[in-house]
This record gives sequence, structure tokens and C-alpha cells, in this order.
Amino acid sequence: MLAFILRRFFSSLVVLYFVVSLTFLLTTAQKGGPFEKEKMTATAKAEKERKYELDGPKWWQLARYQKRLLLERDMNVSIRYGDLTVAEILAQKLPNSLTLGACAFLIAAIGGVAFGFIAALRRDSWVDVSAMFFALGAISIPTFITGPLMIAVLGLWLGWLPIGGFGTWQQLMLPSICLGLPFLAYVARLTRNSLLDVMSQNYMRTAKAKGLDDSTALLRHALKVAILPVVTYLGPMAAYVLTGSFVVESVFNISGVGMVFVNGIQNQDPFLLCGAVIVYSALLVFFNFAVDVTYTFLDKRIKLHG
Amino acid sequence: MADGTSTANRWTGAPPNGWDVLKRNRVAMVSLWFLVFVALSAIVIPFFLPDALKTTSDASFSPPMSESADKQHVHYLGTDVNGQDLFYRLLMGAQVSMGVGLVAALVSLLIGGVYGMVSGYAGGRVDGGMMRLVDILNSVPSLLFVMIFISAFDGHFKDALDGMRLYGQEKHWQWLEKFGANLIPYSRIMILVIALSFIQWLTMARIVRGQVLVLKELAFVTAARTMGQSGWAILWKHLWPNLSTIVLTYLTLTIPAVIRDESFLSFLGLGIDDPAASWGSLLKDGAQVINPLDSKWWLLAFPAGLMSACLLALNFLGDGLRDAFDPKSND
Repeated sequence: MLAFILRRFFSSLVVLYFVVSLTFLLTTAQKGGPFEKEKMTATAKAEKERKYELDGPKWWQLARYQKRLLLERDMNVSIRYGDLTVAEILAQKLPNSLTLGACAFLIAAIGGVAFGFIAALRRDSWVDVSAMFFALGAISIPTFITGPLMIAVLGLWLGWLPIGGFGTWQQLMLPSICLGLPFLAYVARLTRNSLLDVMSQNYMRTAKAKGLDDSTALLRHALKVAILPVVTYLGPMAAYVLTGSFVVESVFNISGVGMVFVNGIQNQDPFLLCGAVIVYSALLVFFNFAVDVTYTFLDKRIKLHG
Repeated sequence: MADGTSTANRWTGAPPNGWDVLKRNRVAMVSLWFLVFVALSAIVIPFFLPDALKTTSDASFSPPMSESADKQHVHYLGTDVNGQDLFYRLLMGAQVSMGVGLVAALVSLLIGGVYGMVSGYAGGRVDGGMMRLVDILNSVPSLLFVMIFISAFDGHFKDALDGMRLYGQEKHWQWLEKFGANLIPYSRIMILVIALSFIQWLTMARIVRGQVLVLKELAFVTAARTMGQSGWAILWKHLWPNLSTIVLTYLTLTIPAVIRDESFLSFLGLGIDDPAASWGSLLKDGAQVINPLDSKWWLLAFPAGLMSACLLALNFLGDGLRDAFDPKSND
């Protein structure tokens, strides 16, 4: 177990290292470099490039950035945000994104399993059919359609929920529902299908033969096995929720890491962009890792090999 | 067979063909016809629209079914901020979005198919290594990379096209010069397609590999091998035809994924930009003008409606295909 964790940890670090290096190379490879848009003389440009350690050949720039990152644990400064350090910017924006992501994640995970459970229990009834029809709709239609529509209908027309701002639970509600809805639908489908699979097993027949009613049998015996595919999906889901928050943040005007990322690309801000990528990739790698570990606790039959 | 001796509980028919299963799926068939209808309209109708509707005009934000400024035409779906007819924009957006979806899905099929076949057929250590690479790439936030990739290579790509045009000019190769000049406005779309197809091939590779692993153990492959056919010939002649239905299924499911990603990028302002339109960029314009005082609902409602309907139809069709050709998978 420990060997597995260590191995996965190191391979994650290697992945992270390459991802960050590639991001750095790609952002600095942009035509003209980060200082192209500003009108300045060649000497001023060279001066700026030296100041931000973006002069010289590519590999040398990369080496200096990596040295700074690894040895001094410093993500450098943002070129566009008035020389604020990347760490400061991220520390300011990350809580918003994480709160939003966590709410959406909880809505999706809990709601999805509940809906999937009900649909499986009432298999082939109108509840099941309409729930699955609705689920496919929620999966197909992206958040940048549902978001503005929810604002228009729930926020402006009916006036039930506030559409802007961030902090109170009412303000958090629309964005997190909007972000969580497609994932809720996917989890519901996954739960339903895997529950139906498990229900056809012999031990389920035994459980029912012993006199358990449908819902108890499902809850006690089936759900524990059927939840496994859902758990596998939770890792990628956490990642998708994070990426999905880009759109939700832009629709609902929330200042989070997603907006930092988009602005970083549009402003060609290499250090800020790399910082955002580090945060995203680290979270993603961590979630995948956490899922693998959870897996062993849920199902003792699975042997890990990293 | 039909001699009357067979009992009711003995099954004697041929196994149901996937296409027959699909044809019985009414939702999938309706989706298919709907998609054909939208695609044909998006290609054909713009030819018949009067030229006056295709340009910008002074009549910005006129509501649906209002007359144009010169009283000659009707804006069926209203106009946007530049006074462009939304109906026309929507059809052009459909062309771009569906085109990008289809092309990127095909490219991802090419890469993923070849990768998956080689990996599955080679087996052993090669397979392990190749699938490990897929795992690693899967754990990278792919959409983030598409964004960075596009912004990094957009300028260079445009330069390369321009260089091609100048080279043609220099050598007096008119066709090359024209070719380059015609491509330059589409460079952004092309780089988008390239980037999106590079992230979509992973699922395809995995599915093809899984299928090849099953197929290569079957007798006909062994027979082909004993007859001295090369690995490539076996892959192409014997395995590929057997893979085609499952590949078609996942192709149908890849298209909406690509369309969604493309619209996502365009919505954020990182994908297709003016004057070209896609559903995502139209939605971006629509989302910008919703406010409580003066609702320009048509700019949001029509693109959202058409895009949702198409994505739903593609997903229903893909689900139907999957039920028909890949009954064991459930997800």
C-alpha cells in the first residue's frame, strides 16, 4: 500500500513537472512574446525581458523558471497585474473557485446517487424514463446555455435568486447548480445502470428471498458494489468541475482561478498562466490519486499496482 | 428451420442486426433525420438568402419578424448589435460548429484508431507503454491545454500560411498564392480543429484497443497470420472492418463533445472570432445582452435552442448506436 502511494506520488510529480514545463514553453512561444503588444523601444523591451528573466534562448528561460520554482518555491510575478506575485493572486482567487467547485461537486455526487437510486428502484416506470431523458438533456446541453437561461428565468424574470456577487448561500446557489447539473445527470445515469447490473446478481436474489424489500436490499447490498464506477468517475469529475467553472465564473461574474486563467491567456502572462496550470494540474492529479486509494478501501478485491 | 418442429422456446432466427435494432429506436431515427435536416439547411439556405441580409446594417437589435431598414426583407429571427440577420448568422454558425465537430472527430478517429489498433495488436510491453501514455495524457487538464496551444500557435500558423502565399507569389504559382490567401481567414478555425482533435483521440484509442484485444484472439486472425499476411494487412483488411460499427458509434458521440468544446472556447472568447460565427460565439453575444431592463431574448434563445436541439439529437443518436452495436457497454 505504502509502496503504491509513493510510486503514484512520484509519477504524479513527474507528470506535473512536464505539464508545467510544456505550459511555460507554449506561452512563451507565442508570436512576439509577452511584450509585443506594448509599444516600446528595443532597448526598453530588452530591459523588461531581462527583468522578468525572459531573455536568452528558450531552454535557458525554462531552466531559470524551473530553478526558481523548484528551489525557491517561488512562482514569480504576474507581468500584467502590476507585478503582484502569482502566489498572491492565486491565494486571493482560489478560495472562490474551490467553494464553488465544492458546492457543485457535492450537489452532483449526492443528488446524482439519490436520483440514480430512485430511478433504479422504479425501473421502467415514468419516473425512471423521464429522469433518464432529463439526464441526457442535462449532459448534452453545456453550462453556457443553462447558465444564461437560469439567470434570465430564475434571476431576472422570477427574481427568486440573486444573479451576481459571491459569498452568501443564495448567491452561491445558481452558479453551483448550473455547474453541478451535468455532472449530477451523469452520476445519476451511472448509478442507475450499475445498480441495475448488480440487481441481476444471485446474491441480490438471495437477499430478497430472505425477505428484504427492494429498497433495503438495494441500499444494504447493492449500493456498496454499484457505487464503485461512480467513485471512479468522481476523480475526473472533480477535474471537470474545475474546468467547467471557467464558463460559470464568466457567466456569473465570479472572480476565480478560471477567470485568471482566461485573462492570463489573453494577456500573454506566462508566469501567471503557469501558476494557474500548476494549481489545476495538482488538484487534478490529487483527485485521481485520492480516488485510487478510496477504491481499495471500498472494494477489497481490487489489488493496486501503480 | 421453418418445418414446424421447432418449439416456441427454441430460438432459431438470425441474431438481430445492429442496423435493425437502430431502426426500431424511434428517438434515434428522429434525431438522425433532424440532424440531416439541420445540416442540409445550413448548407443550402444561405445560397438563397438575399445578399442584403448577409452584411451589417444600421438596424441593430431589431426583434424577430421585423422588417429590414430598406423594407425589402424580413429579419425572421431579428438582428444583433451590428444589424446582421440572426437567421443567417445562425446558419453560418451551424456550418462552422458542425463542420468543426465532424472534421475534428474524423481526425481523432484517424489518430485514435491507428494508435489503438497498433497498441492492441502489438500487445505486451508495447501495449503497456502506449496505454500508459494515454493514461498520462488523460490526467492532464486537456481543455486548458487546448487554450494555451491555440494562443501559442495561432500567430505562427497565420505566418506560415502567409509565407506560403508569398512563396506562391514569388514563384508565380497562382494556385498556391490563391490557396494561401483563401486559407488565412480560416487559420483560427483550422488551429482549433487541430487542437481539439488532439485531445479527443484518447477515448477512441482506448475503445479500439479493447476491441482489437478481443478480435485478435479469434480464429480468422490466426488463419490470416498462418497464411503469411503481414501485421498491417491483418489490421487493415480483417480487423478494421470488424471495428467499423463501434468506431461509428463513438464517432457519433465524439462530435457533440467537440462541438461543446469548440463552443466553450468561443464562448470564452478564445475560439472563433468575428466575423466568423459559431454557436458558441453567438451565445457569447447573446449572454452579454441579457439584463433586466431591456431584454434582447432572441439573441440568446435561438442559438441556445438550435444548439441544444442538435447536441441532444447527436447524443440520442449516439446512444441509440451504442445500444445497437455495443450492447454490453453501459455508461
